[in-house]
Amino acid sequence: MNKLTRSLIIILIVSFGLLYLINRLNSAQGYSGDNTLTVYNWGDYIDSDLIDKFEEETGIKVIYQTFDSNEAMMTKIEQGGTSYDIAVPSEYAISKMKEDGLLHELDHAKIPNLQHIDSRFLDLSFDKGNKYSIPYFWGTVGIAYNTKMLPDMKFTSWNDLWSKELENQILLVDGAREVMGMGLNSLHYSLNDTNKDHLVEAKNKLDTLTPNIKAIVGDEIKMLLAQEEAAVGLVWSGDAADIMWENENIDYVVPKEGSNLWFDNMVIPKTAKNIDGAHQFINFMLDPENAAQNADYVGYSTPNSAALDILGEEVSSDERFYPSEELTSRLEVYNNLGKQMLAYYNELFLEFKMHKK
Amino acid sequence: MKNRAKTLYLIPYSLWIALFVIFPILLVVYYSFIGLDGGFTLENYAKFFTPVYLRMTLSSFWYAFIVTALALLIAYPTAYLLTKTKHKQLWLLLIILPTWINLLLKAYAFIGIFGTYGAANAFLEVLGIGTKQILFTDFSFIFVATYIFIPFMLLPIYNSLEEMNQSYVDAARDLGASKWVTFRRVVLPLTIDGVKSGAQAVFIPALSLFMITRLIAGNRVITLGTAIEQHFLVTQDWGMGATIAVFLIIAMVLIMILTGRRK
Repeated sequence: MNKLTRSLIIILIVSFGLLYLINRLNSAQGYSGDNTLTVYNWGDYIDSDLIDKFEEETGIKVIYQTFDSNEAMMTKIEQGGTSYDIAVPSEYAISKMKEDGLLHELDHAKIPNLQHIDSRFLDLSFDKGNKYSIPYFWGTVGIAYNTKMLPDMKFTSWNDLWSKELENQILLVDGAREVMGMGLNSLHYSLNDTNKDHLVEAKNKLDTLTPNIKAIVGDEIKMLLAQEEAAVGLVWSGDAADIMWENENIDYVVPKEGSNLWFDNMVIPKTAKNIDGAHQFINFMLDPENAAQNADYVGYSTPNSAALDILGEEVSSDERFYPSEELTSRLEVYNNLGKQMLAYYNELFLEFKMHKK
Repeated sequence: MKNRAKTLYLIPYSLWIALFVIFPILLVVYYSFIGLDGGFTLENYAKFFTPVYLRMTLSSFWYAFIVTALALLIAYPTAYLLTKTKHKQLWLLLIILPTWINLLLKAYAFIGIFGTYGAANAFLEVLGIGTKQILFTDFSFIFVATYIFIPFMLLPIYNSLEEMNQSYVDAARDLGASKWVTFRRVVLPLTIDGVKSGAQAVFIPALSLFMITRLIAGNRVITLGTAIEQHFLVTQDWGMGATIAVFLIIAMVLIMILTGRRK
């Protein structure tokens, strides 16, 4: 008994000692009080030099945390345990967060650099008038393929994926909207289609793709394609850029039927404590110099036209990542289809995944 | 006085059970009656009995069964040999060691080993068999799952073998029983409890495996665990996820009763 109490006391003392040490360390580095800014972003989605630069310019300490899915991010913000000052959700997540009252309205007067954003990317359906969000990066969904493994294949259409030569060569990303969207687009339907007949038709068409599918995976798709585990992948353009960086045989194409246009956007969640600092951060990231540096590092498409000018002709004329007006007009942003419809999409996707070869 | 102290000591444990076992189960049951619109419904249960979920349940049970059987097949002889070796503790440690490594890391390692250009295929190439697709097949899934669960099967069997009184075996041998008869009539009945606990420790988690169905099987194997994960994290259809969980809980209780220790 005596021994038990003693070890209990020791554990308590050690715990409090550690807690005190962490507090001291944090305050020594300036992580306390009002001069911090908690940024909640996707993993590896910012040039960390920019964070240092921001800290230097403003004297605000940045605490940088990452998430790997919109859903996980929303759950955390809803719980409100940590006071995130900036978050970077995708467009469909923004309409949901708006509905749930999780977002703070932006003060455009404090973000003068907003003028640099291409007007094509402002005032979009998910946030009219950009009351809550500012675009951070954008991109498409398309086909990444290995030109060395498939020297004779040309991809222009989604239907090319159904080609017999691609048996057991395709990796799909594990996302219901992406895969169902591919099925819908290949049939020339909208990827926001809510007609159940069309959806079932798309699912049946996807079932016939099964012999060509090697696996349906998550983030590993980048590694697997770069290592030539499979020749073709359904990926986001940003991932394609990463894969092409690793393996120069990979090319990327947005099929002609159309595809998804996605946006990641900076918002100020309701949990924010340092609202002024958050506006400063958004404005800082929109500065053409900084946005260009960030786009160069991350490799995604920037919505900042002044930054694009800085990046130069070579980048801005790359139609794979900055598609022409003509193709862009056929791209669609995911609408928030509502829980019922989303559940139906997922149901069909699950059935498709269970379809055996 | 003694009784009061007893109840006092019981408080932390009962609190723990109430808060972290009973309350969550009640919550799961509650959510299983909630539809997508937030109202009370039995729809989730109706949906569970559609072919999609029934097929998923059957295949989950099938895979869990294979994994358990294979783990037993490997773990029993290993445990038996282990009790006969000199440096028991060292060997045991070597077998337990892999469980200290995170499951996700092991899964990623297997992606590397089983990949087209991985070690396994390099070996097949040397043997002259040539490169085969190993990753994203039923084989790789069962192999990795079995590998992960072997220590959980081995430990209870090893313990029951260790506890077994060696003189019974000697007596059986003295009385003229052959090696095989001794094993079947003496050793196996005396260690059956270890086998049962091992089977429980493997079968139940194997039913709800999810991470490696994606990483190793490339979603070509869909278990109930995968469906629960999808419903909670992607669809946000907590009701359906909870309903599947309820059926998993029922299955687990049934298995516990079936493999329960006889008094």
